[in-house]
Amino acid sequence: MNIIVCGVGGQGVLLFSDLIGNIALAAGLDVKKSEVHGMAQRGGSVTTHVRYAPKVYSPLVEEGSADLVVAFEKLEALRHVHFLAGNGWLVYDPHRIDPLPVLLGLVERPTDALLDERIMARAPRRLVVSAFEAAREIGDPRVQNVVMLGAVSRLLEFPRSVFRDIIRLQVKPGFVDLNLRAFDRGLAIGSSYDIGAGASYMGRVTPQCPGQTGF
Amino acid sequence: MNRKLLSGDEAIARGAWEAGCHVAAAYPGTPSTEILETLAGFSDVYCEWSTNEKVALEVALGASISGARALAAMKHVGLNVAADPLFSAAHIGARGGLVIVTADDPGLHSSQNEQDNRFYALAAKIPMFCPADSQEAKDFTRLAFEVSEEYDVPVLIRITTRVAHSSSIVTIGERAERPVKGYEKQVSKTVLLPVHARIRHVDLEHRLDRLRAYSERTSANRVEQGERRIGIICDGVAYHYCREVFPEVSYLKLGMVNPFPASLVRKFAAGVDQVIVVEEVDPFLELHVRSLGIEATGKDKLPRWGELNPRVVRLALGRPSTRRQEPREGSGEISTSAQAVNSRQPNDGNGLLGTVAGTRQLSPDKAIEPEPDLPSRPPALCPGCPHTGLFYALQKQRVIIGGDIGCYTLGALPPHNSMDTCIDMGASITFAHGCDKALGRNDPRRRVAVIGDSTFFHSGITGLLNVVYNKSDVVVVIADNRTTGMTGHQDHPGTGRTLSGEETVAVDIAALARACGIERVVAVDPYRVKETRRLIRELLKQPGPAVVISRRPCALLVRLREKPRKVNTEKCTGCKTCLGLGCPALTMVGEKTMVLEDLCAGCGMCADVCPQGAIE
Ligand code: SF4
Ligand code: SF4
Repeated sequence: MNIIVCGVGGQGVLLFSDLIGNIALAAGLDVKKSEVHGMAQRGGSVTTHVRYAPKVYSPLVEEGSADLVVAFEKLEALRHVHFLAGNGWLVYDPHRIDPLPVLLGLVERPTDALLDERIMARAPRRLVVSAFEAAREIGDPRVQNVVMLGAVSRLLEFPRSVFRDIIRLQVKPGFVDLNLRAFDRGLAIGSSYDIGAGASYMGRVTPQCPGQTGF
Repeated sequence: MNRKLLSGDEAIARGAWEAGCHVAAAYPGTPSTEILETLAGFSDVYCEWSTNEKVALEVALGASISGARALAAMKHVGLNVAADPLFSAAHIGARGGLVIVTADDPGLHSSQNEQDNRFYALAAKIPMFCPADSQEAKDFTRLAFEVSEEYDVPVLIRITTRVAHSSSIVTIGERAERPVKGYEKQVSKTVLLPVHARIRHVDLEHRLDRLRAYSERTSANRVEQGERRIGIICDGVAYHYCREVFPEVSYLKLGMVNPFPASLVRKFAAGVDQVIVVEEVDPFLELHVRSLGIEATGKDKLPRWGELNPRVVRLALGRPSTRRQEPREGSGEISTSAQAVNSRQPNDGNGLLGTVAGTRQLSPDKAIEPEPDLPSRPPALCPGCPHTGLFYALQKQRVIIGGDIGCYTLGALPPHNSMDTCIDMGASITFAHGCDKALGRNDPRRRVAVIGDSTFFHSGITGLLNVVYNKSDVVVVIADNRTTGMTGHQDHPGTGRTLSGEETVAVDIAALARACGIERVVAVDPYRVKETRRLIRELLKQPGPAVVISRRPCALLVRLREKPRKVNTEKCTGCKTCLGLGCPALTMVGEKTMVLEDLCAGCGMCADVCPQGAIE
C-alpha cells in the first residue's frame, strides 16, 4: 500500500502518518515512512510517504503509484494528485488555507471552482471530508487529522479496534477521548459515501515487484 | 514487543545506547537533530548540546581519550565546522570507541549546499559506514563502536535525510554495559606536536591497511546474487530504490565504503556482464570502481545532484514503466540508450526555499506530471512570532543586511525582503564586517547583521569580537527568542537550562556584548513594532558598532493564550499594511483583512501597525 499524506505545517500530517505506520506494524507488515522537515515550524507544505506491504524497499512513493492520497487542504490536494495511481483514491478536506504569496497579491488566487475542476479531472475516485469543520464542531480544530483518519479507515482493511488501540497508545492521555470522538466522526463521514468496489481494492496489498504476493 | 518503527536518527541513538555509549554531544541540525534528542531519553548516557559541531566533536574526543564510548552527531555542513578536530582525531585514535555521525542532505531539504561527505572519510582517513535503513543504522552504529576500539580510530557514519527521517522496522536489543576505561597519559598519542604527529600519521596508514582487510570481509558489505547480466554496486538508500526497480539483478551492497573493498568489487564485477554504480550526488563509489580499471555505467546516466528515487533510477536506467501506466507490470530491460537525467533542472519553481522535485522533464507522461502553476507555499514565520515584528521594523530601510541560519532566514522572503545574504552559521556578522571594510564610505547604506540568539552563541560571538577588535560599523541585531526555534526548541547558554533539564547559568547577552567591547547595547520588544522601528532608525543614524537585542520568546515556546484579535470591518480600508507582517493568521476576505481565530496568538503586532486602528 502506497500512501501520500499532505497538508500545511501545523495540521498534524506527521501524527496521522505515525498512526497509519503503527497500525500496519501492529498488523505484522513491513512499513516504511518518510518525512522531510523543512524550514521553520509552521506554514509550509508538508508531505509524508507511508508504505506497507509484506516487504517494502523504497521509503518513497513513486509518482503515479499511490493507492491513497490524503490531503488536509485543497491546494495541497491538487499539488499531490499526480502521485495517484490510475485507480487510487484521493481523500481531501475542502478546507482552504491560502499561502502568503497569494495573500500578498504576488501570485494569483485560483478560484475554488477551478481547483475543484482540476482535482476532479485527475482524481476520479475521491472522498471529500470536511474534517476541519467537523473537528471544530467537536471542539478542537487540531483533531482534524484524526477525523481524516476515521474517514480513511473506511478504505483500509484493518479492524477499527486496531485504529482505536493505536490512538489510545499514541495520543497524550488527556486527549484520548477527544481523539476517539474525532475518529468516530470521521468514520461516520466516510461511511456516508457509497464507495462500491473501491473498498475491496484498497484492502489488497498490491505487489511491488515480481515474486511478492498479497496477504 | 522487540520490533519498533524507528527513524534512522532514533535507530542510531538506540544503537549507541545498546553499544554502551557513555557520552554524546551535538549541535542541532536537520536532519541529525533527533539523534541526540533520542539519546537524551536514556539516563545512562550523558548528552549535551554543544555550542557548535567543532565543540561537540572535541567533547566526544575528550571522553574517548578518557576511555569512554562517545558519539558526536551533526548535519553535513556541521562536519565542515568540525573538520579541524576531525582530522586530528584520526591521528590521535580512539581509546573508548568514538563514532561521528554526519547527516547529509541530498536534495537540499533544509541546507545551504549539497556536499557529499563520503569524501571526508577519504580525506581524513577515517573508516565510514553508510546504512540504508533504520535497522542498518542501528546495527552499523554498534559495529562502528567495535571497529573504533579494535582499530584505534574514530569511525564515521554517513546517513542522508531520507535515512535519517524515514522510519522502518527495527529489532531492538539490550544495552551492553561496559566500564569507562579511565584516563591514561599517552602524550605521544594525544599531543599532536609535529614530532608526535609524524609518527601518528605513519601509524594511521598502518591502521588503514588493517581496516582495508576488514572492509573486504565485513558483513556490512554483501553480495546478493541475482541474474548475472547486470550487477549493481550501491550504498545507502539507493540500494532500496534499485531493489524496487530491478528486483532480478545482482547486487553488491556496500555498507562500508571507506576503506574501499577493492578485491570484493573486482570479484563481483568479474561475475556479471555489466556493472552499474548507483549512488546519490557525487560519483564516490564510481571513482573507486573505475580506478580499478572496471568499466561501469554511473553518473553518465544518473543525476549528480538531488535525491535519487525509484522513478529517477527507473528512467535514468531505461525501465520507464510505472504503475499508473501499467499497473502490474514489472518487466523491462536496463537499456543503455536511456534518457540522460543530467539535464534536469535544479529548481522546479517551488519557491526560494522549496525542495527540488526536479524530475518533471523525465517523462512525457501527463498522468504523473504535477499540476502546473499552483501557488507555492513557502514556509512562514508562526503566528505571534517575534521575528515578524523585527523584520517589519527592518523593512524598507536603506541598509545592507547580513542574514544567518534559523527560522528568521525566512526574513529574506516577501513580505520582509530583509536579508541580503545567508552564507553559513555565524556569517551574518562577518559578512557585514567584510562588506563594511570593502565599501567604506562609498556606499551610504549601513551594514547590519541579523542573527538569532542560538546562532550568536554558536559562532556569532567570535564574529562580534572581530567587529569590535577590527573596528567596523556593523549594527548587530540579535533576534533573541530565548531558544533554538527552527530545530524544535533546544536550550542554549542563554536559557538557563541544560539538555537534561537541570538549571544552569543563563548568560546575559547584553552583558556579554558589552564584555566583547560593544558600548551601545539597546534592547527592544519586537511586539512593539513601531517603537522597535523608531529605535533601530535612531541607532542607524549614529556611527560605530552597536548591538540591538530584540527580545521576545518564540511564540511556540510560550504559547500565548491571549484572545484572538478581530478586525473592525467598518474601519479597515484594505490597505494591507498589516499583511506586511507576514503573519499566517492574517488573511483577506474580499477587500477587508480577517484574523483566522484558530491560528491567531493574540500578540497584537497587527493592531500596532494598523494605521486605521481597525484591529481590536
Ligand atoms: S492595516 Fe488596518 S486598515 Fe490596513 S488592511 Fe490591515 S486591518 Fe485593514
Ligand atoms: S494578533 Fe495579529 S499578528 Fe499576532 S498572531 Fe494574531 S493576527 Fe497575527
